[in-house]
Amino acid sequence: MAIYLDDPKKFKALVGQAHQLAMNALRPISRTYDKAEHAYPKELDMLAAMIDGVSESGASQGAGAAGVKRDEGADDDGSVKNGTNLASVMSIAEMCWGDVGLLLSMPRQGLGNSAIASVADAEQQERFAGSWAAMAITEPGTGSDSANIKTTAVLDSDEYVINGEKIFVTSGERADAVVVWATLDRSLGRAAIKSFVVPKGTPGMTVERLEHKLGIKASDTATIIFDNCRVPAENLLGSPEVDTKQGFAGAMATFDNTRPLVAAMAVGCARAALDLTRELLEQAGVEVDYDRPALTQSAAAAKFLQMEADWEAAHLLMLQAAWLADNRKPNSLEASMAKAKAGRVGSDITLSCVELAGTLGYAEGELLEKWARDSKILDIFEGTQQVQQLIVARRVLGLSSAELR
Amino acid sequence: MTRHGLASTERRDPIGYAVTALNRLAQSDLLDRLGVRKQTEQAVYTATRSGFRAITAGGRTFSRAGRAAEPGTRPSPARTSGVFDLTPTEDEQMLVDVVTELADEVLRPAAAEADETCAVPEAVQKAALEVGLPILGVPESLGGIAEERSAMAGTLVAEALARGDMGLAVGLLAPGSVATALGLWGTDAQQQTYLPAFTGDDVAAAAVALAEPRVLFDVLSPATTAERTADGFRLNGVKSGVPRGDAAELFVVGAQLEGRPVLFLVESGAAGLSVVADPSMGVRAAGLARLELTDVTVPADAVLGSTDGTTYTECVRLARLAWCALAVGTGQAVLDYVTPYVKEREAFGEPIAHRQSVAFMVADMAIELQAMRLLTWKAASRAAAGKDFAREVALARNVCAEKGMRIGLDGVQLLGGHGFVKEHPVERWYRDLRAIGLMEGAVLV
Repeated sequence: MAIYLDDPKKFKALVGQAHQLAMNALRPISRTYDKAEHAYPKELDMLAAMIDGVSESGASQGAGAAGVKRDEGADDDGSVKNGTNLASVMSIAEMCWGDVGLLLSMPRQGLGNSAIASVADAEQQERFAGSWAAMAITEPGTGSDSANIKTTAVLDSDEYVINGEKIFVTSGERADAVVVWATLDRSLGRAAIKSFVVPKGTPGMTVERLEHKLGIKASDTATIIFDNCRVPAENLLGSPEVDTKQGFAGAMATFDNTRPLVAAMAVGCARAALDLTRELLEQAGVEVDYDRPALTQSAAAAKFLQMEADWEAAHLLMLQAAWLADNRKPNSLEASMAKAKAGRVGSDITLSCVELAGTLGYAEGELLEKWARDSKILDIFEGTQQVQQLIVARRVLGLSSAELR
Repeated sequence: MTRHGLASTERRDPIGYAVTALNRLAQSDLLDRLGVRKQTEQAVYTATRSGFRAITAGGRTFSRAGRAAEPGTRPSPARTSGVFDLTPTEDEQMLVDVVTELADEVLRPAAAEADETCAVPEAVQKAALEVGLPILGVPESLGGIAEERSAMAGTLVAEALARGDMGLAVGLLAPGSVATALGLWGTDAQQQTYLPAFTGDDVAAAAVALAEPRVLFDVLSPATTAERTADGFRLNGVKSGVPRGDAAELFVVGAQLEGRPVLFLVESGAAGLSVVADPSMGVRAAGLARLELTDVTVPADAVLGSTDGTTYTECVRLARLAWCALAVGTGQAVLDYVTPYVKEREAFGEPIAHRQSVAFMVADMAIELQAMRLLTWKAASRAAAGKDFAREVALARNVCAEKGMRIGLDGVQLLGGHGFVKEHPVERWYRDLRAIGLMEGAVLV
């Protein structure tokens, strides 16, 4: 044991592969699918097959959407682990250096897959393996206050009957299945909220429309209506017991695992902007000097130093959250810290890079303006900046959600 | 002549002259002799050490020893496994535990008074000596306790100390910083000559003097000069931000030699050296001073490390790393202090912590503080492993300067008017945290 915060040596090859993939497969089609919103990026099927292949060979070190789980069964020999959580955030950051929208559209790498990995039992893990799962939480009247959802699931013999409307479902049309949050009994509050896997084509589930968005246009965002939609009872993820003591914790555990992933997306997208801007500045005669005081360098160099420092901060908070999960330590606080920092830093960096590059950055000839649009959602979905601050504040101050609302 | 904070473009008009005349009268003793003005207390600072100006302390005679041409003993770089890890080694953790106790039980209670008197109390120095602070970075073979390069341990110790008090931490770390520098860059002769003064019971006060009192100061281009003479060097210039300048017996002084910045060992007894108290906004317990060098001559073997600028640059980086660690420690002190305060303080019928505008300030403090810590630790672990850490320390310093100050600012704000008065320590932490990003040298890890 010794403090070491460089990127883990173990994942160097993995990150190198992801970088090549991002550079040579995602970047060339990045602008194409930003323009052709709602067109299916057919190139991704081949790519996803390749990722599955790499995954099966073991070379991916368990990275990916389903890599975010706690390996409770593994031997604990007391040694420090660099495991699938770290591998996942690092490879996802690299892919999002390529393109966030395309990463979100990658078959079988949905947030629903992370949810299944986080809360499903062994039998369910097996049954849903290889399925591409989207995640449906938000409703027209419920965003950040996800405990307030109105979609219901009623047990009818051996099936649950789901009724309600879900919005902002990433890959909701393309995925093989949707993980839906619904309440078993609204009077029992948040403890009654459970997640259900609804396979595509289940009668009663219809994709009503796709959104037109500010960014991540390559990724489809669906509104889905559930009208007496029936799924087998065993599609309820985890335990059907309504444990009022445990409350919301079960469902929320998913977020501890997916928030570092969203932080990774912001970290990757921001680095794309930084990498390009550094070179553009160099071509304009601005060299960033790490030893000279920022105030004795040009304003552009000083701004760049501040952005790179903020980026490194987000990057390290992201690694910390994943490392804690790999080592089976609680990381709810750190996951929210990482997402809060990465979300706001991602916006500041991508927007400032556009400003530094002037109309060159603002025009569609470069991808800088696109990254400045793509980054915004990363400070919103899986818990907004404000929700993360609420979580961090409650933890730090030791206040309940009733005390600090 | 002091400018009273006025830009040179300010001009007096007739009213201004009248006010000046009145003001002179108001300052005159005449009023007091006539008994027309209530006697006021003497300003605190004239009664304290903050007004000293002196020839530097005579100090001890360092008896020459060792071989001048031989490189000194070097600590070996720390080994790394390449595994991402946030856990300190067992040795580091033990050290942190001991220093944390020292910070809680000795530094914190002494901090307010030390801030007033601009000095590290003797009892505090003694307690620090018992913990072995001065020899933390000195290799075992030279009488120290370091088994390998100690930048990581030093960082953790500086952080823990500054949680108690930054000013005292700087005063206490200054001698050990010079000892660490000797371990890193000294020749055999320099190590044999000077290190015994740090490894015994009567530890020499010493400091690294790199900063200079100039606007937009760039530490890599000091205005202090060194010229070659027949048998050594002649130094001229003014250094600032020098901890315990009045007591220091040995200085590491940065000066420009033939176009490159170089470190020189200067003993306090050298002719032409004088020290002037330079009490500042914060870090006052460290006894900050200016060091004036007027035709100070040092022997040819006074150069510490190389003359190509590389040793100097490494020294600058290690000092910045130390200041980052200090910022993390003081930032933690602020967070630890405001957390219970906002939960107890009530307004509008409930604890102010129940309001998002207050709670979110605390959340941001916690987030940025942890970011500061991770950036600092990363730079430190690279330094300890002997890797290049120029980028990492620059980024750590950037975040620690900006967010550290923000934490100090918000710390005072969260206590409102109570934060502005000296009944609470947050105003001191506010003043201390302003040092980050502008201080150079003074201490290193």
